[in-house]
Amino acid sequence: MTYLAKPKLHHPRLPANKLGYTRRDYEGAVSTLCAGCGHDSISAAIVQACFELDLPPHRIAKLSGIGCSSKTPTYFLGNSHGFNSVHGRMPSVLTGANLANRALIYMGVSGDGDSASIGLGQLAHAIRRGVNMVYAVMNNGVYGLTKGQFSATADKGSKSKRGEVNTDAAIDLVGMALQLGASFVARSFSGDKAQLVPLLKAAIAHRGAAFLDVLSPCVAFNNHEGSTKSFDYVRSHNEAVNRLDFMVERAPITADYAPGTVRAVVQHDGSTLVLRKLAEDYDPSDRIRAMTYLAERQAAGEVVTGLLYVDPEAGELHDSLNTVERPLNALGDAELVPVRPPSRASTRACGSRTAGGAQGVNRRPRPPVPPRAPRRSRRVPGSGAGA
Amino acid sequence: MQPTDIGNPDYFHKVVDCQWACPAHTPVPEYIRLIAAGRYTDSYMINWRSNVFPGILGRTCDRPCEPACRRGRVEKEAVAICRLKRVAADFKDDVRARLPAIPSKKNGKRIACIGAGPASLTVARDLMPLGYHVVLYDQDPFAGGMIRTQIPRFRLPEPVIDEEVGYVLGMGVETRFGQRVDSLKALLAEGYDAIFVGCGAPRGKDLDVPGRQEAAARVHIGIDWLASVSFGHVASIGKRVIVLGGGNTAMDCCRTARRLGGEDVKVIVRSGFEEMKASPWEKEDAIAEDIPILNYLVPKSFSHHDGKLSGVWFEKVRAEYDAKGRRKLVPTGEPDQHFECDDVLVAIGQENAFPWIERDAGVEFDKWGLPVLNQKTLQSTHPKVLFGGDAAFGPKNIIWAVAHGHDAAISIDKLCNGEDLGERPPPMENLVSQKMGIHEWSYDNEISTEKRYKVHHAEKRAALKDIKVEVELGFDRKRAYLEAQRCLNCDVQTVFTSKLCIECDACVDICPMDCINFTANGEEEDLRRRLIAPALNPSQDLYVSGALKTGRVMVKDEDVCLHCGLCAERCPTGAWDMQKFLIDMTHAGPACRSRKRSPALTTS
Repeated sequence: MTYLAKPKLHHPRLPANKLGYTRRDYEGAVSTLCAGCGHDSISAAIVQACFELDLPPHRIAKLSGIGCSSKTPTYFLGNSHGFNSVHGRMPSVLTGANLANRALIYMGVSGDGDSASIGLGQLAHAIRRGVNMVYAVMNNGVYGLTKGQFSATADKGSKSKRGEVNTDAAIDLVGMALQLGASFVARSFSGDKAQLVPLLKAAIAHRGAAFLDVLSPCVAFNNHEGSTKSFDYVRSHNEAVNRLDFMVERAPITADYAPGTVRAVVQHDGSTLVLRKLAEDYDPSDRIRAMTYLAERQAAGEVVTGLLYVDPEAGELHDSLNTVERPLNALGDAELVPVRPPSRASTRACGSRTAGGAQGVNRRPRPPVPPRAPRRSRRVPGSGAGA
Repeated sequence: MQPTDIGNPDYFHKVVDCQWACPAHTPVPEYIRLIAAGRYTDSYMINWRSNVFPGILGRTCDRPCEPACRRGRVEKEAVAICRLKRVAADFKDDVRARLPAIPSKKNGKRIACIGAGPASLTVARDLMPLGYHVVLYDQDPFAGGMIRTQIPRFRLPEPVIDEEVGYVLGMGVETRFGQRVDSLKALLAEGYDAIFVGCGAPRGKDLDVPGRQEAAARVHIGIDWLASVSFGHVASIGKRVIVLGGGNTAMDCCRTARRLGGEDVKVIVRSGFEEMKASPWEKEDAIAEDIPILNYLVPKSFSHHDGKLSGVWFEKVRAEYDAKGRRKLVPTGEPDQHFECDDVLVAIGQENAFPWIERDAGVEFDKWGLPVLNQKTLQSTHPKVLFGGDAAFGPKNIIWAVAHGHDAAISIDKLCNGEDLGERPPPMENLVSQKMGIHEWSYDNEISTEKRYKVHHAEKRAALKDIKVEVELGFDRKRAYLEAQRCLNCDVQTVFTSKLCIECDACVDICPMDCINFTANGEEEDLRRRLIAPALNPSQDLYVSGALKTGRVMVKDEDVCLHCGLCAERCPTGAWDMQKFLIDMTHAGPACRSRKRSPALTTS
């Protein structure tokens, strides 16, 4: 725990990205989480991913609920939009925000308590609707803020710091996300940034609901022997199905890979996911087989990580709702409230145009805006209208 | 790479760049912290123990510490270490009660020190508290040597010299001032147990070009002229003065000339501006006093009329570099240039001269006229004769003279105790955790982003009117505090304990300078390239741990570490700790004696 701000000074050769920002420009306030918290590593990975993707910070919205994990948006992307919602209600707030302004990049941050207990229903519906977002769960299997009770993702049979054994079955968030139709599902580990950062980058570039379960050891209450979410346990049981080398542009694969060991997936926005196979015959485009594989390996006591499933052609909520390309919050009254011409009297009573707008009355009527054919929007940073 | 051996005192000593660069290894961050705490006397005493002349050096040091300062690599400018030293001297209380006690019963050993400059005074300072009888010789009627004769009063006021030289003389040193030593043999015959030669490099180089003899009346040797000014024999100079030479003596000459009536004073140098030997700040100060510095002009002859100097002819040259990077000055072919003047000051270097040492006295000299010495012990080929300061290896500076003085004192002490001079015990080191609480350290670990503070100068017109008006006014307490806070506390070391590390990455994430890495081990070259921020400064070490649980190693590039302690604050297991590294250089005395012998001739 520290109350000292991270010094402004940085390495004299700290690189800048295409926008001229250094990695440090994507940082937030200094963390007040416990020293060594896995969540801080995930924050650092988000910072790294956004820096590497050259994202303009003001085009990102980070939303969270309540809990240790949900405090983290303060600690990254200090120049982005943020919303700390009610406990477990981040998915609804994010859905609403996304509906109002589809031009932003939505980063939902939650924890195992926020998502697997109080917000389980919220999580389910945001995913099944295919909200265009990154939904990252910082999963430590424990209620850290209330001193270490088991959370709903704690494995049955695992031990608490005080030695009690968990008798409840665990909710497997990744399995749920697959079942609910998430079009990008991955699991990673806070202690492996080499794996986590490319997954985050791919999730951000993915169009649709991208779900990331990140195991994040709680150093204060869940990093002991008998825990299945400790650094040692996750490291010794981690079985990655693949390694992701994220590439931004559609580009020929130039790196040296042994034939048959690499699979390239081109996403909507042209970004290419180069996957190096680690598990024989693992196919991340087959949802059913992914679910089976996960269930099998999990039963064998492994913690399966990597990019578990991706549908590069997935749609998202705005497609199904047939909304206009322009963000709703950027539309004027005329487009939003296509009503019949008002009577003279009511126009006079309104006084001014803005006041009229507030009352849902337009002085100069316009024909209703016909719904446009859905267009596949590329999530190119900065291309959208203002927030 | 093999795990770093932090048990080697040099490892952490090197991390304290300033202290490592200082010839006397003054514990700079330690005294700077004391200045910030307002403990000026304590700060002064740490300095005094290490460099003997804090007030003098705080005004005149060549500052090898400042180019080494880590702050200069992290942002633009180094901490104003030298000027902070002066702060300790300016604001201290009376320190006399804290000076070492001098035993009334002597140990029976008599030591002669030739020349009462900084080297000899340091020898006396180190030996007097041990019970030695020290006899100090100087041709001048005062102690101080070049400190008093060559450094002008506007840079170093006389009371400062008197005070700090007085601390040493006050120990009961026998002085034989105003007395030239004419024969080493005669001195040896007096039965001294050891003779320390610290007579400096007393001869200013002359410029033997046409017209030198004819114009002799108005052509002066720089250091001799400065000494004459210092002793009051010279009080004026012509209106137009040319100073030849590009070192600090030339800067002192031109600025002194400006105060003695010189209105049109120029410094004319053979080399380019950047290559000049003078310290950058001394050049700045000269330029600020309206003294132009003209470069690439080689003096060819003195012009004169009726036996009176009228000016100097110069050949114009340019620098050319050969394949090995060696510089050669080549004439440009342009016509020679003539500068009119009334006086010329020649400050083109100094030479050693030992006319008083008979060549058959047992002291060998090399082909450059310098004594043949053991570099470490400073002992000459005559076992009882040691050299130090400029007399040892040619002209250097005060702080080197002090360092030599300390080393020579150890040698003399060992010599008088019949011990092997080459056996030098390592320095005493101390490494102590500074942790006081979860996020509380015994040092101020918040990093100041202040830029280097300038020292105020006296008003120029007043300063140029009187040679005794000190130009630099020194920091006031407030500025001293702000400048002291710029120090990065490099002596508070980041100490890593492999077996406690759980590889949670917290330190990597928080490190503002990207110093810390967890990666597969490799050869140094390969590791340096693979780090998050590649370690491109080979003069700075990598701190490498043993293998961790995952088989990786921790690698820290020491280069730009801020010593902010955030790695240790974020570490959940205490694998990182901030520990203060204090190194106490070996000084003459019982502690530096061989353990094999029982202490024989110590103080009673």
